[in-house]
Amino acid sequence: MFLSTNYAVAYAVKSCDVDVVTAYPITPQTTVVEKISEFVADGELDAEFIPIESEHSALSAVIGASAVGARVFTATASQGLALMHEILFIASTMRLPVVMSIANRSLNMPLNIHCDYQDMMASRDCGWVQIYVSSAQEAHDTVIQAYRLAERSEILVPVCVCYDGFVLSHTYEPVEVRERNEVLKFLPRVERPNVLDPRKPITMGVMALPDYAYEFKYQLVDALTRVPRALEEVDKEYERTFGVGYGLYEEYKAEDAEVLLITMGAIASTAKIAIDEVRKAGIKAGLFRPRLYRPIPAELWREKFERAKMLAIVDRTISFGAIGGPLFTDIASLFANEAERPLMMNFIVGLGGRDVTVKDLVEIVRTSHKALEKGRVERPCVYYGVRGVEYGE
Amino acid sequence: MESSAFKSIKDLPKVEYFSAGHRLCQGCPEGIIARLVTKVLGPNVIVVSPTGCLEVSTSVYPETAWKVPWIHVAFENAAAVASGVEAGIRALRRKGIKFVGEKVHVVVLAGDGGTADIGLQALSGALERGHDFVYICMDNEAYMNTGIQRSGTTPFKAWTTTTPVGAKWRGKLQLKKDVVSIAAAHRIPYVAVASISHPLDFANKVKKAAEMEGPAYIHVLAPCPTGWRFDPSKTVEVARLGVLTGMWILYEVEVGKFRVTVPVPRRRPVRDYLRIQGRFSHLTDEEIAEIQKYVDEEVERVNKVVGYEAIGPLTK
Repeated sequence: MFLSTNYAVAYAVKSCDVDVVTAYPITPQTTVVEKISEFVADGELDAEFIPIESEHSALSAVIGASAVGARVFTATASQGLALMHEILFIASTMRLPVVMSIANRSLNMPLNIHCDYQDMMASRDCGWVQIYVSSAQEAHDTVIQAYRLAERSEILVPVCVCYDGFVLSHTYEPVEVRERNEVLKFLPRVERPNVLDPRKPITMGVMALPDYAYEFKYQLVDALTRVPRALEEVDKEYERTFGVGYGLYEEYKAEDAEVLLITMGAIASTAKIAIDEVRKAGIKAGLFRPRLYRPIPAELWREKFERAKMLAIVDRTISFGAIGGPLFTDIASLFANEAERPLMMNFIVGLGGRDVTVKDLVEIVRTSHKALEKGRVERPCVYYGVRGVEYGE
Repeated sequence: MESSAFKSIKDLPKVEYFSAGHRLCQGCPEGIIARLVTKVLGPNVIVVSPTGCLEVSTSVYPETAWKVPWIHVAFENAAAVASGVEAGIRALRRKGIKFVGEKVHVVVLAGDGGTADIGLQALSGALERGHDFVYICMDNEAYMNTGIQRSGTTPFKAWTTTTPVGAKWRGKLQLKKDVVSIAAAHRIPYVAVASISHPLDFANKVKKAAEMEGPAYIHVLAPCPTGWRFDPSKTVEVARLGVLTGMWILYEVEVGKFRVTVPVPRRRPVRDYLRIQGRFSHLTDEEIAEIQKYVDEEVERVNKVVGYEAIGPLTK
C-alpha cells in the first residue's frame, strides 16, 4: 500500500488487534488517531476507542486498560508528550507493556509544528524503550515488534516508536502491510501475572518509602539491560516471519570509516547520499544510525565507534546548558574510561523543522574531517546553520 | 449484589474488603467510606484512587489494606485511569479474552483535590464520554494529605494553612465550589450527595450508582478531625450536624429527577456545625450570620426544586 508513516503506524495497530486505543490529536500525529478511529468505526479493528480529553489522560487511560490486561496503544508528539511527562515514568515503573508512537516535533516556544527531537529527548530518562525509525515501512514493522518486545515476561517495559514529524509522518511511500493473522501468530496473547483481576486481587501503584523505593527503580534498570538482546531476538524472529529485519542499528560504509557520522531517524537516509559524495572527494566517511536509543546498547556502540578516528555526532535537539546534544553526551560517556578514543564533534541541526540537506551533511563531514587532520577539536559542539553564528574549525 | 435496597444497616454484608490496620488518622472518615463502599459493591470490583490521604495510608509497600484489586497512578487522573480500566474490561470481554459473563464494578475513591481541582478535567472528560463507573468524591474540604491547604471545596471563611486568619484575611475568601452541580451538568444517569452520618442512605446510593449503566457521581462529606480541628471521636457527629443544619443536603439526581433523600423537617442553626470545629473558631457572630444566610438561600433553592419543604425551617 502507498502509506504515510502515520498511516503505516495505524495499520500496524490494526494488525496487532489492539484492545484499547486512546490518543489526543496533535500535529503532526493527528492522522494516526484519525485512521485508527476509522478502523474502529468500520469494524475493521475490534477495540475500544476512547475519545480522550488530553494527552495526560490518554496515557493514564492506557495505563488503566493495560493494568487489566488489555493490549493498548496511544500516540502523540511535542507538547502532548510534554504533558504526558509525569505519566511516562509511571508507565515504565509500573512495568506495563504500553506501546506509543511519537511523530517528533519541536517544543514551544516559539510555537512550531515541525520536526526536531526536543520532545522525546526531554523525556529520555523516562524508562521507556525508545526506538527511532527512518521510514514508513520501518515504523510499521517496529510497532509490531514493539508489542512483542514489551509483552515479553522478562521485559514488561513500555516502548515508544519515534519518527520525524512531517518528514516521515506525512510522507508517503510503498509499505508492505503485515497481514493480521500472520502478525497475531508472531504476537500471541500472553497472560500477564500482575493484572487487576477480582479473582486474584493485587494492589498496583503503591507508595514505597526509603526502605523499598530504590529497589522498585532498580528492577526497571535491570529489565532495561535485557532489552538489547531481547529486541535482537524479536527482530530476528520478525525477519524469519516477514523477511525484513532492522537490528539495533543501521550502518553504511562504516567498516573502514575514519569519520563516522552518527545520526538518527530521517536524517540518516539523507546522510547516505552525503557519505557517497564525500567518499568521492576522498574522505573515508561512514554512517551509523542508532535505532535502539534507550536503553543504549553500550558495548555494541563502543565497538562500532572505537574503529573510527572522528565521530561526527548529529543531534536534532538542544540540551540547554549542557556540553552538547544528548546523543553526543551519551557517546562521549561511552569512552569515559578508555585511554584510546576517537575525536568527537557535535552538530546541532534541523531545529523547528529546518531542512537538513545533503549539502549540510557533506559540510558537517568535511568540518569534522578538517578537525581530524588538525588532530584536535576546538569547538566540540556546533550550532550548525544558525543565522549569525560562525561554525567550523 | 442484590437489586433491592438495604433496609437496615444490618443488611450490609459482614465480609470486609478493606482491612483494619491501615494508616489513616484516628477518626478519619475515609476508612469508613472505603469500608462501606467495598462492602456494598462486593468482591467484583476494581478500585481506582488518585494520590491522596486514602492512597498513601492504604498502600505503603509491602502492606496493603485492599482485599479487592486497587490501582493508583497519579493525582489528577483517577477518572482517566478508570476510563481505561472500564474500556479494557469492555474490550477484553467483547473479544472473549477475559471477564466474559462477569460484571466488574469500576469505582473511584478520590479526595476533593483530586476531584474538584487538579482532577476536574479528567473527571469531566470521563463523565462526558459516558464510561460505566462510579466516581466517589470524599470531600474533606482541603488538601489534607499535604497538610490542610485550601481546595476548591473548602467552605467560605474556613481556616486552612493557605487561607490563614490574619489582619486582612478571615479564612477562605471564596465560596465552596459546587462540584455536584458540575457533575450533574454532564447529564449523567446518577448524581448524589451523601454523608457518613447516614450510612444506609450512602450505601443505597452506592448500590444504585453501581447498578446504573453509565457514569455515576457521589459526593460524600468526609469531616477530617486533623484538618477541621475537632476531636477524632466526633467525626460522625460533625457529619450529622452538617446534615441537620442544612449545610450538607442529602439528595440525588436520578436520570434528571432531583430528590432529597433525607429530609430535615426542623433545621438546626449553622452555628451548631461551625462552633464544634476549630477551623471556624475565628468567626464572629456576624460572620456566622453571613454563612447562615448562604445556607438559607441554598435550602430555599433546593425546596423550590423538589416542590415541598424538604429541608425545614430553622429551629433555635
